[in-house]
Amino acid sequence: MRQSVELGVPRILKVDLSSGSVEVQKRPDLAIWLGGSPLGTRLLAETVDPTADALAPQQPLVLAIGPLTAAFPVITKSSAHFKSPLTGNLGETHAGGRLATALRFAGYDALVVVGTSTRPVYLSISSRDVRLKDATPFWGLSTEETGRILRENEVRLGAGKRSIIRIGPAGEAGVSYACVNVDSYRHFGRLGMGAVMGSKRLKAIVAGGDLSFPLADQKRYMRCYEKIYQIAVQSSAMQKYHELGTAQNLLPLSALGALPTRNLQSGSFEAAEKISGEAFGKDLLIRKYACFGCPVGCIHIGLLREQFAAGHEYRYAGVSYDYELLYALGSLLGMESRSQILALIETAEKLGLDAMTTGVVLAWLTEAREKGLIPEDQLGMPLAFGEMQPYQGAMSALVRGTSELWETARKGSAALAARYGGDFDLQLAGNEISGYHTGYGTLLNHAAGARHSHLDSAGYSLDQQHPGAEPAELVDPLLAEEQERCVVTALHACLFARKIYGDRELVREALASMGIERTDAQLDELGRSTLRLKHRLKRAMGFKLEGLRLPERFFQTPTPAGKLDRAKLEEAIRLYDRRLDDLLAEAPPETPALSSH
Amino acid sequence: MAKLLRANRMEECIGCGSCMLACARTRYQSLSLNRSAIRIRTAGGFRSSLIADYCLGCDEPVCASVCSAAALTPRPGGGVVLKKERCIGCGRCAEACTVHGIHYDEELGYPVVCVHCGVCARYCPHGCLTLEDTDATER
Repeated sequence: MRQSVELGVPRILKVDLSSGSVEVQKRPDLAIWLGGSPLGTRLLAETVDPTADALAPQQPLVLAIGPLTAAFPVITKSSAHFKSPLTGNLGETHAGGRLATALRFAGYDALVVVGTSTRPVYLSISSRDVRLKDATPFWGLSTEETGRILRENEVRLGAGKRSIIRIGPAGEAGVSYACVNVDSYRHFGRLGMGAVMGSKRLKAIVAGGDLSFPLADQKRYMRCYEKIYQIAVQSSAMQKYHELGTAQNLLPLSALGALPTRNLQSGSFEAAEKISGEAFGKDLLIRKYACFGCPVGCIHIGLLREQFAAGHEYRYAGVSYDYELLYALGSLLGMESRSQILALIETAEKLGLDAMTTGVVLAWLTEAREKGLIPEDQLGMPLAFGEMQPYQGAMSALVRGTSELWETARKGSAALAARYGGDFDLQLAGNEISGYHTGYGTLLNHAAGARHSHLDSAGYSLDQQHPGAEPAELVDPLLAEEQERCVVTALHACLFARKIYGDRELVREALASMGIERTDAQLDELGRSTLRLKHRLKRAMGFKLEGLRLPERFFQTPTPAGKLDRAKLEEAIRLYDRRLDDLLAEAPPETPALSSH
Repeated sequence: MAKLLRANRMEECIGCGSCMLACARTRYQSLSLNRSAIRIRTAGGFRSSLIADYCLGCDEPVCASVCSAAALTPRPGGGVVLKKERCIGCGRCAEACTVHGIHYDEELGYPVVCVHCGVCARYCPHGCLTLEDTDATER
């Protein structure tokens, strides 16, 4: 019998790739976790083997959406939860696009995939059906070709209503930072979800559905929708994102000296103007797109026009760009050409590589080559800052290279530094940094945040609000921010709308208008429990903040607040660790599997 | 004077879907993509412009002409009016429309029909959709 689907009561789809079995569970006991990142983390905690290898067959891959997905503007995100092959601890990555909406109307709040298929498959999910289908013919193909094939195969789900997520050759090859492409232009970028799918021989997931949910109180809901919609389209809260987009950060950050350039040998880029959001906006921006349910539309598409042969032989493509990409595949690699940056982004897209970690790995290799630290014959290409073609070749080698150097590079910059030396690997706790050399806040954020991601606690923003602050002063604000973000990501609002969904009164009203009652105290406790569970999982997976290696480069290149002091940062990290001890001591473990940690 | 919905600037559409959600919640008291008389779809990924399927407001609507139960009748000024209690659920209206402007909803038991109220246009952040006076509208 088909179960009813009600908002606020998690309905979980479990798929075992080893046996091919499918199970749907309604889990009122998990309603307390609301949805999104908290729900996904809880499901991961139930199913993961914390000490087994990240790519072991039994390991789960969890997807989660929010209780208000598609119901309110800019609630567009879904998250993936897994053990990260890159850091060896908590893997969590968020994506927009249409996936969250597609899962909502298919009737699922979360998806848990376990096991490993014997042959390449893809998972097709609708409101009436769940099927594993053969993916053998397109195993090996790019994310773009795979997307095209699945669009043609899965017409029943309806163009515009369905979502297609897939890996490229990087995920198949087990590159530790392979990403998953979501529809066109969005990604589960960080921490190697692509390698997890690859290890399961799961090439893609296609979802869509035609469910309709009755509105319990139409008037109340419409009033609340109208209020949020007006804030989203009219207020300055979202303006930056639909004008120049996140790329508008590039010029100011370079002027401040916080734009990592040439593997952070410098904090400002002399060609920043050429690769700025303004320059892209003026010359190459051809259109903007939105994630489903977002009237803002921050996805900026640039025109890549490329001569592929002598004479007048050209092709063109639309490539999405954002600040982090212009940093990782732009300034960090000394790239001065807008078109060439778009070409590098496109290469990473097709292979299914996380652009941020890839940029950092390429920058490390370039500097290591300059310094003679790596075997030239294994490298096989003349990597140099500002040179596009060798970088394109290197991305291909990251996926297909067979030498020890490329095998090591597939594991990230920390692995490269461990094998070849060079204390200039731009990573903390194994995850490569974002494009903000702003001060202690960003380093603390990357070192100690649950995902080691800049969006855990926005240390880069804290640095800019409190220039020159002592690092120990930043610990509590960072933890408070991370806890608060666990609530925003429970709704699975886009973090760009954190000013809208940071308003507790509005959040309570939005939930209540859809029949989900929560108090402020409950939402606060949700944030705190989620943060606690994430850190408990990390420790169970073996992560220790104590003794974390801090690459010397972070202290060599001045930030806007001057050169950073290693001893001060280490002291702040110790303080952070004590705060996490206190957090973990507050409550007993949520699941038996975590009790020994 | 009757008004008709027009999607004349779809090349500026960002694909946010706000129009569909507005139609469903306003006219069908639902959180739904299915219960929207306008449907936005992609023409193969995001590589090209988005497409709106909606009722173009025919003067002599074929959907009404194939409706044997007379649930659909021509609307003065273009399009159709639905008397849902008369609908027998055959779905021929949806089959007959060559521009996918009307579709049958199994759960409701009658078709989702555009009434050209313009609530979708009100929630279009880019002004791709408009409600136009019938006599000013070219078809």
